[in-house]
Amino acid sequence: MTDLVIIGGGPAGMSAAVAAYESGIRDILILERDAQLGGILQQCIHNGFGLHRFGEELTGPEYAWKYEKQVRELGIPVKLNTMVLSVTPDRVITATNEEEGIFAIEARAIILAMGCRERPRGALNIAGTRPAGIYSAGTAQKLVNRKGYLPGKSVVILGSGDIGLIMARRMTLEGAEVKAVCELMPYSGGLARNIEQCLNDFGIPLKLSHTVVEIHGRKRLEGVTIAKVDENRRPIEETKEYIPCDTLLLSVGLIPENELTLQAGIGMDVVTGGAVVDQDRQTSREGIFTCGNVLHVHDLVDFVSEEAAVAGKSAAEYIRGESGQECDIPIGADGKIRYTVPQRITKRKDITLFFRVADIYRNVKINVVGDGRVIHSVRKPKAAPGEMESLLLKAPLFEGVSKLSLQLEELG
Amino acid sequence: MYDVAIIGAGVAGGLLARTLAAYDIKICILEKESDVAMGSTRANSGIAHAGYDAEEGSLKAKLNVRGSRLMEQVTKELGVPYRRTGSLVIGFGDEDRETIEKLCARGLRNGVRGLQVIDGEEARRLEPGLSDSVTCALYAPTAGIVCPYELAIAAVGNAMDNGAELMLDFEVNHIEKKEGHYEIFSDACGENCCENLQKPRKVCARYVVNAAGIYADEIARLAGDDSIQIHPRRGEYLLLDRECGNLVSRTIFRTPSKKGKGILITPTVDGNLLLGPTSVDGEDKEDKATTEEGLAQIMARAQENVKNLPLRKVITSFTGLRSAGNTGDFIITSPKEGFINVAGIESPGLTAAPAIAEYVAEMLAGQGLALKRKEDYQPFRKPVYAFRNASVEEKNEMIRRDKAYGRVVCRCETVTEGEIVAAIRQNPPARDLDGIKRRTRAQMGRCQGGFCMPYLAEILAREWGVPYEEITKSGEGSEISVCRTKG
Amino acid sequence: MTKREMTCIICPMGCPVTVEMRGEEIASIRGNTCKRGAAYAEAEVRHPERTVTSTMRCENGGILSVKTDRPIPKAKIMDCMSLINAHTVKLPVSIGDILLSDVFGSNVVATENKS
Repeated sequence: MTDLVIIGGGPAGMSAAVAAYESGIRDILILERDAQLGGILQQCIHNGFGLHRFGEELTGPEYAWKYEKQVRELGIPVKLNTMVLSVTPDRVITATNEEEGIFAIEARAIILAMGCRERPRGALNIAGTRPAGIYSAGTAQKLVNRKGYLPGKSVVILGSGDIGLIMARRMTLEGAEVKAVCELMPYSGGLARNIEQCLNDFGIPLKLSHTVVEIHGRKRLEGVTIAKVDENRRPIEETKEYIPCDTLLLSVGLIPENELTLQAGIGMDVVTGGAVVDQDRQTSREGIFTCGNVLHVHDLVDFVSEEAAVAGKSAAEYIRGESGQECDIPIGADGKIRYTVPQRITKRKDITLFFRVADIYRNVKINVVGDGRVIHSVRKPKAAPGEMESLLLKAPLFEGVSKLSLQLEELG
Repeated sequence: MYDVAIIGAGVAGGLLARTLAAYDIKICILEKESDVAMGSTRANSGIAHAGYDAEEGSLKAKLNVRGSRLMEQVTKELGVPYRRTGSLVIGFGDEDRETIEKLCARGLRNGVRGLQVIDGEEARRLEPGLSDSVTCALYAPTAGIVCPYELAIAAVGNAMDNGAELMLDFEVNHIEKKEGHYEIFSDACGENCCENLQKPRKVCARYVVNAAGIYADEIARLAGDDSIQIHPRRGEYLLLDRECGNLVSRTIFRTPSKKGKGILITPTVDGNLLLGPTSVDGEDKEDKATTEEGLAQIMARAQENVKNLPLRKVITSFTGLRSAGNTGDFIITSPKEGFINVAGIESPGLTAAPAIAEYVAEMLAGQGLALKRKEDYQPFRKPVYAFRNASVEEKNEMIRRDKAYGRVVCRCETVTEGEIVAAIRQNPPARDLDGIKRRTRAQMGRCQGGFCMPYLAEILAREWGVPYEEITKSGEGSEISVCRTKG
Repeated sequence: MTKREMTCIICPMGCPVTVEMRGEEIASIRGNTCKRGAAYAEAEVRHPERTVTSTMRCENGGILSVKTDRPIPKAKIMDCMSLINAHTVKLPVSIGDILLSDVFGSNVVATENKS
């Protein structure tokens, strides 16, 4: 029996491990499928990480190293190159690696920190051929930043998610020409700083309300047809335009990798694609916690680390038997607010609610509604789907409340 | 001098090579693509049909029913997944019922076992996902599903294990009849390496079998036979995530009508759900693009047949080209002594393929090819061990023997480095990323290779001893990168 | 009076900032929510700077992730890339090791450990 097993040694897993250690737990094991710790940060060689957490601008590998160093110094055991094959509801983990073969571990508590994957081309159902030269942005990032190969010389990017924007700059710096970034929505899902630094700096056009409707080329990509879309996101025939290119990068969304979570029979949130959790990031299965991008996709790793620290500390409390349920208050979202994390409150303590809005709004009030009554409000000059928001809910505010909901009010 | 040259390494050519490889003769398979199973075999429905579709007395009917009976043993020997799932032809109303009765009667005359006409309720009892409007169905318990390209790959591999030679990138451009043999020429350079090869490449064989799929008419013409016309019939498909694989457990066909055969819905041997195909007669034999209209049509039609289709779970779409002949039947003919056409192998060609192989072997024997059984013939092909399907004991044994089976490379489909390396070292070896995909399923899951592709390319580069930037998706011209970033 | 609109990139808030110029003089800076934003906007107008991140060739044939340890003039980004691309790194290196010094007022340093 191991006290705490953490699945995933990326930013979430490492931060959770450190937090659990600092909360007094010593019997911890991190299982990581890659050959090194750090997860996706290892290929995010651009800067911009760590401003919130460390007050300095770090690159991905530097940010990862800050945590890896702690994990090493604290002597927290790590199994690298180890793939978890299954997790049962009663916390038995089956994993494999080349030294030990298939092995099982019973855990008092588990933290799921598997991260997310990119939505692939197939999911978009773009018509046309299936040549080489079409990659999700993260795959291209791995090729360029870790392997040292340039996927192509003339590039169109579909989707203005952050990885797509970052790759527009990376490909440009490495000698490729990025011809356009097409975004289906009338706004970008990426951070404003990335649009400024990765596109505007290099004169790369961002085509909002545009999509790729057809892919051309038999062996290697030869070009794409793009089109403007109407308000129902349907392509407008007369706006079709052919762009010759040898590479199409897709940055069209991230999907939490919850196959293990589903296996463990954990209750899921269809909006986030992650588990339903309480303020401790505990799932519907006792003793199984989750954090980071496998819970909901974050835009900043700093927030991943913070959330994972909450999960690590809570798991420690659970292992020590200090974590009893004090209440059970579900938190709903009104649609303009797409989701909240956590989705339920089980302890009477101050809680930070994270949420995302469904559209671009200006001058709004976020109302926390308890049993039909507004119990707390926060004004926001601007809210966008690409940027995660948060608010602090003090414990006295929801004293005696049976149901909470987060609502967005447009002030006009 | 070869005894038999087979042109085309699809499922028909592959199974024929494998059948002939049991005998003491010299065989070569000539394939114009850079891998086997790249034509009609690569993208079709993967159905082992029961045999009620084809007209009584036709070659299609005879070879379908025979093939359906051989399929179980052939797939077992070759280690290819095959499941006798059964199928339903569903009908909506009286007109469909009439057609279904006719199909049933025809099937019984063709020798199909176990056919039954059932009502809508009974059909929904078998398949709860069926539309509430279904009023009747033809139930065929002997229908099954099989992976067409895995079958062809395994057949060619087993033929090679038994001595047959595979020549890739060998596009046949010229055929000459000589005294007692044929000379077959290719202008194409071979195996990614032109310098050491004499051009044109030449192969001499006493017998030639034309199993060139959609190009079978052109090959026949090279041998002086102008009677065959093949046109590519485009069929688009949508593949859904494994989460949806349980929506139906049998292949669901729509009753054929004047509008055509309709969209089928079937589980695949890998547990996904496959929808399609459309049916559009085309001209371009290389046009495998999908279209907006085609994909929309599949979605609309499939929803008529099955309730609650989760169309958001589409993981990929593709187009297959069927080899539609000009006679309506399989064209298995010998226009010249020593030259045999195996053409027009459209549906139920996959099912019939094992029977076609038998039939053609008999034709060759009839023309004087001496078929003496090899003593060391090995009908069983060592399969690439599928790690994900193995028991814990088997997995541990694999890892003990070879550590590479402990390294999971494709996380979505749980494919290990051991399996990847085996697919590269086994006959016919995987040479590119798509070749690995078809042999191991790596890159075929939810992320579609997003995570593992860069690693797979590394393994390919290492095993073949070539630079990373020469690794292709599917043969020369489809390189995945253009250069090193730092020279 | 001319206006320049920009998005502040100092922090991920990405405040929309408007700078009004009267000739060469900055007349006003609006939209920023912190002092660093104002400083950024002024710098963006007068002498825009960027940190460059990329990779460098290693002597073992691999690559190493690197960055400039302080921002360089935006106009020099591609020149900086040429210097980065021309250099080969001797291993081992640790995070922060200077690989190229005096590159447009900054040093190119390693952002990962490699042995």
